[in-house]
Amino acid sequence: MAKWFAALRTPVGGFAAALLTLVLALAVFAPILWHDNAFAIDTDAIAQGPSAAHWLGTDDLGRDILFRVLVATRLSVLLAVLATVIGVVTGLVLGTLPSLLPRPAARLVTSAVNIAVAFPGLLLVLFFSVIFGVGTHGAVFAVGFALAPAFARLAQTLSASVAGQDFVSAARISGVGRMRLLIRHILPNIGEPLVVNATIGAGACLLAFSGLSFLGIGVQAPDYDWGRLLGEGLNGIYVNPAAALAPGVAVVLAGLAFNLVGETVAGVIGVRTGLRKLSPRPVTPAREDAADARDDAVLVVENLQVAFPRPAGWTVPVRGVSFTVRAGEAIGVVGESGSGKSLTGLAVSRLVEAPAVVTADKLEFAGKPVLTTPERELRGLLGTSLAMVFQDPMTSFNPTRRIGRQLAEVAEQHQGLPRAKAFERAVDRLRAVRIPAAERRARQYPHEFSGGMRQRAMIGMGLMGDPKLIIADEPTTALDVTVQRQLLRLLARTRAERDTAIILISHDIAVVSQTCERMLVMYAGRVVEDLPSAATPRHPYTRALMAATLDLETDREASLAVIPGRPPEPDRVPNGCAFADRCPAATDRCRLEDPALERVEPEHRVACWYPAALSRPAKETVTAGGAE
Amino acid sequence: MSDLVFDAVSVRYGGRRGLTAVDRVGLTVPSGQVVGLVGESGSGKSTLARAAVGLSPISAGRVLLGGVDVRELPRRPPLQMVFQDPYSSLDPRMSIGESITEAIPRGVLPGRAARRDEVARLLELVNLDPDRASHLPGQLSGGQRQRVALARALAGRPEVLIADEITSALDVSVQGAVLNLVRSVQRRLGLSMLFISHNLAVIRYLSDIVAVMYLGRIVEVGPAEQVLSDPQHPYTRDLLAAAPSATGSLLDVGDASETADVEPADPHHPPAGCRYHTRCPVGPLVRTGRELCLQADPSDDTAHRRHSAACHFSDNESRRLTISRGASAS
Amino acid sequence: MAVAVAPAGLRGSPWLSFAVRRLGRFAISLWVLITTAFLMIQLIPGDPVRAALGLTAPVELVNARRAALGLDDTLWLQYVHYLGGLVTGDFGMSMTSGQPVSEVIGDRLPATLQLALPAFAVVIAVAIPLGLLFAVLTRGGRRRGGELAFTSTTVLLAAIPEFLLAVALVAFFSVQLGWFPVAGNADASSFVLPVIALALGPASVLARIVRVETLSVLGNDFIRTARAKRLPARLVYLRHALPNALTATLTMGGLMLTGMVAGTVLVENVFAWPGLGSTIAQSILQKDYPLVQGIVLVYGIGVLLVNLTVDVLLAVLDPRSTIREN
Repeated sequence: MAKWFAALRTPVGGFAAALLTLVLALAVFAPILWHDNAFAIDTDAIAQGPSAAHWLGTDDLGRDILFRVLVATRLSVLLAVLATVIGVVTGLVLGTLPSLLPRPAARLVTSAVNIAVAFPGLLLVLFFSVIFGVGTHGAVFAVGFALAPAFARLAQTLSASVAGQDFVSAARISGVGRMRLLIRHILPNIGEPLVVNATIGAGACLLAFSGLSFLGIGVQAPDYDWGRLLGEGLNGIYVNPAAALAPGVAVVLAGLAFNLVGETVAGVIGVRTGLRKLSPRPVTPAREDAADARDDAVLVVENLQVAFPRPAGWTVPVRGVSFTVRAGEAIGVVGESGSGKSLTGLAVSRLVEAPAVVTADKLEFAGKPVLTTPERELRGLLGTSLAMVFQDPMTSFNPTRRIGRQLAEVAEQHQGLPRAKAFERAVDRLRAVRIPAAERRARQYPHEFSGGMRQRAMIGMGLMGDPKLIIADEPTTALDVTVQRQLLRLLARTRAERDTAIILISHDIAVVSQTCERMLVMYAGRVVEDLPSAATPRHPYTRALMAATLDLETDREASLAVIPGRPPEPDRVPNGCAFADRCPAATDRCRLEDPALERVEPEHRVACWYPAALSRPAKETVTAGGAE
Repeated sequence: MSDLVFDAVSVRYGGRRGLTAVDRVGLTVPSGQVVGLVGESGSGKSTLARAAVGLSPISAGRVLLGGVDVRELPRRPPLQMVFQDPYSSLDPRMSIGESITEAIPRGVLPGRAARRDEVARLLELVNLDPDRASHLPGQLSGGQRQRVALARALAGRPEVLIADEITSALDVSVQGAVLNLVRSVQRRLGLSMLFISHNLAVIRYLSDIVAVMYLGRIVEVGPAEQVLSDPQHPYTRDLLAAAPSATGSLLDVGDASETADVEPADPHHPPAGCRYHTRCPVGPLVRTGRELCLQADPSDDTAHRRHSAACHFSDNESRRLTISRGASAS
Repeated sequence: MAVAVAPAGLRGSPWLSFAVRRLGRFAISLWVLITTAFLMIQLIPGDPVRAALGLTAPVELVNARRAALGLDDTLWLQYVHYLGGLVTGDFGMSMTSGQPVSEVIGDRLPATLQLALPAFAVVIAVAIPLGLLFAVLTRGGRRRGGELAFTSTTVLLAAIPEFLLAVALVAFFSVQLGWFPVAGNADASSFVLPVIALALGPASVLARIVRVETLSVLGNDFIRTARAKRLPARLVYLRHALPNALTATLTMGGLMLTGMVAGTVLVENVFAWPGLGSTIAQSILQKDYPLVQGIVLVYGIGVLLVNLTVDVLLAVLDPRSTIREN
């Protein structure tokens, strides 16, 4: 409900609602109020321009134009609405029929609709008006049936997408019949977009009708709608342009009213909130000791924060992350959804765009400050020394360019190589990542590569330069486990051969602990533990995460460990430790004060007031069974 | 309670030149037991499961429940399925109570009160508060939705439950709750279950019997303990090596052979002879004298091998491994 | 989940199979169009000849005319004659003027093309750069004022149908200012108003679509990859964003262009332009069915050709569309 009121308050929404109300009010009341005025013939003022008595002038029979336009609202709107109803109902039937019919008949209907949709509305209108005849009745059917194919197509597409969802499959398994499936499951889920399109369709019908009447094949004398008035007005345009313009303005406004209302409703359903300009966010100071400065540090991060402006204020999904990556080191960043791990990776490589705001006390890559140096100066460095691998291989490459060219681009831009040489280097890099038939593959498009190959090509792209650091954000989540292993081996090999540091971001703590020397465990936007992979974890969350992770050695007889509750939403992070309400060892202090990330051992930092003692085995903290 | 039997089932899409997603698969889910079906993408495991409930078209063979072809069972067959995606498995416009009620077989519970009670009972069975029956799916988390999906499946009073990657879309901390629940429900009700996953650790935890699928064929099947501790097929060994475990590193290269970086085979154009030979670490690309793998498909005569392994040299290999294990142990 | 896609060495070039499929679709749509145009007269309730000649016309005349039109033959025979006629270029006789329909069309078609083609060009040349520019300027919520101005202007212009725009342009520029002629296609200046009237609405809609599509493309992962490669902004927009935005734009653009084919009907009527559009309204009113049939056929073929061109351009721009089935 609140969404609708908010929509009314936007300039577009309010305007649309007001306009539509005006149009509908006129449609209802104008003929009642002004019918006689519109009908009255003033023989003294035939075909005159605007005057005091007749604000918009008169037509060639002496009738007042203004009143005629106002009264014509009812017929124009009524006919448009009627035609829309005919079009929507016919379209809906044609669109949903294929799901009820046997296959061959369904395909026939679908093909017929597809062919009809290719033709513009007006042509269909003209075609149908020949069949249904000139005049109001014929025109209503003509306009209505001309709208049907577009609607049928829309209904088809929408129902197909709903029918593909699992809940429809589940209903089918439960023996639900086709009719009931359609009525109970499909139609309610396509109702909203259909209504929106019907409203916009009403606007289109209004325009089509006025076009028809303008041509003379719609409404016939003595009835008149805006189109007819327009046609009459055009004849006398030299004498009284207002006679033609007034009905035109009316048509435009009414059409606009329908369109804008439809789009506003679509906006409400789709929820696009306007972003207020927020006052700058005060940056919270670092809560941990700065990581040791090291000469060979490839990446130094201190108090990294990422904030998004929302209608209710700032949301801060990364709340102060500090760590260092040394040359040739492989560190893993582990966390569940909402922990902020991906954003951290993006922020560090300066890929987070406005309106988000990235701040840090220190963010240095290869000794250069990343946030303060202008982008132009950083381009060469970041383009050749920093490589990224993203999660979804299916969408990471430009589908319209060949893979080889996309790799070559890096060399052309940053290493000054000419096209041919850059391409050669690209082929060489593809070979280096063990893509067979590299020469041929480089000339192919991304959709001809499998997911695993694309990820390798991404790594190859990163190797076009001489990367000091590869940031891989969930690179294997979308891949099979055997392909995952191939890719992880490739990363390990790259690291061994070139002394490249690797940041591996993942939700899978088992994978990270087996491939990285060090792990950063993130929860609710902070690093809660920074430890060597072989070390025993001491933070309750890390311990719980390890306990809950299934592997080949899990005890088959015991219940699985569960972490009760859910991580906090980024915009509702509690004061105090974010893990407190899920932690078995939480005290009042934990709920009030947020622990800082502190060193408990030379290479081990924990953010907890009561880190587990060293002696306890990692898998002991288990909360068995239980609901969320 | 009865056995679910896949009898030489094939599922083909797109006519003769199209894709054979499932190729003459025979599998039995014994009454009251859990069969874990594991495989990667393109293996056809989901397609096979969907064939049992009529969501995939069966091109050849039959699926039998208690000896009766599932296509001849009444409208609401005693087979139910829980899907992978918690966000599309419930109608967003129906309350969870209504979704569950829809699955209750017609005529079994006349009267709204009886049905309401049944919904409450089912919700409690899956550890959800019965007062939430009027909530919409949008108000529930992913794990909670999977539990509702399970309750809905149980509402149909099934004898066989098929779980298709039900935890793959859930966070680690939530997976455990759903798996614990599935196991306790299965044991309590004595359901036969076909549990599908690409995650070998999950399969190992839940299953009594493990079946491994590759490119539309079952390449190994047997009791879970045996298959996972003494795998007969090289693909099973590969899956075991690639699965995360506390011992051993993922990056242990083993024999970094020719086949280490080979792409997964294309289901549209399966390799000739043994389908796995292009990736097989002990196959014709690596060892000499294994031309048989290029010519004859081992799936055709699996009966005489342990775990019905679809490998010509499974006996040789397991002997070799036993020897090497024995050697390192001494 | 990784899925291996068909290997590079496909059987037969994908272009060839795409071309065959697309031409096949064109042929089928053409056949459906022709048959539908043929059936148009058959579907008219009542006696079309009587309706055309009026209630007072003598019976012999009606019968003679009906025979001349071949309406006495069986449906199948009429159809065969019709198809045969089309192949030889015989579209029948106009009932009002007695002229062969093909002659009428031949006289009037060039004028319509002279109006439509420049208008197409204007739409493309204006909408695409404008849409792209505004997408880049307003991305990520920048320049809200500019976005509002762009959206309101384009929405307003798009809401004005071409014939209304034409009337308004005539009222202002011809009647008031006298800069351009009110009607006819006598000289170069008489092209300005009709082309603007025809092109302005579609150009606005297309500019909006280009902007929305470009913004959507800018949110895609591969744009993030391009930025990760630290390419200069110009390359990111022109080389990576634009081709992908164009593929989605082309589809909508095709719809705009086919809509303009229909728009010429109305614009021609405002400007008394001697093209097919001003003819068809008259012929519908006069119930000159063979002529209507011929003109509808010509318009229909124009639409099919535009669609075919768009599909070919799409295939050139986005190689995936040649492989995509259904």
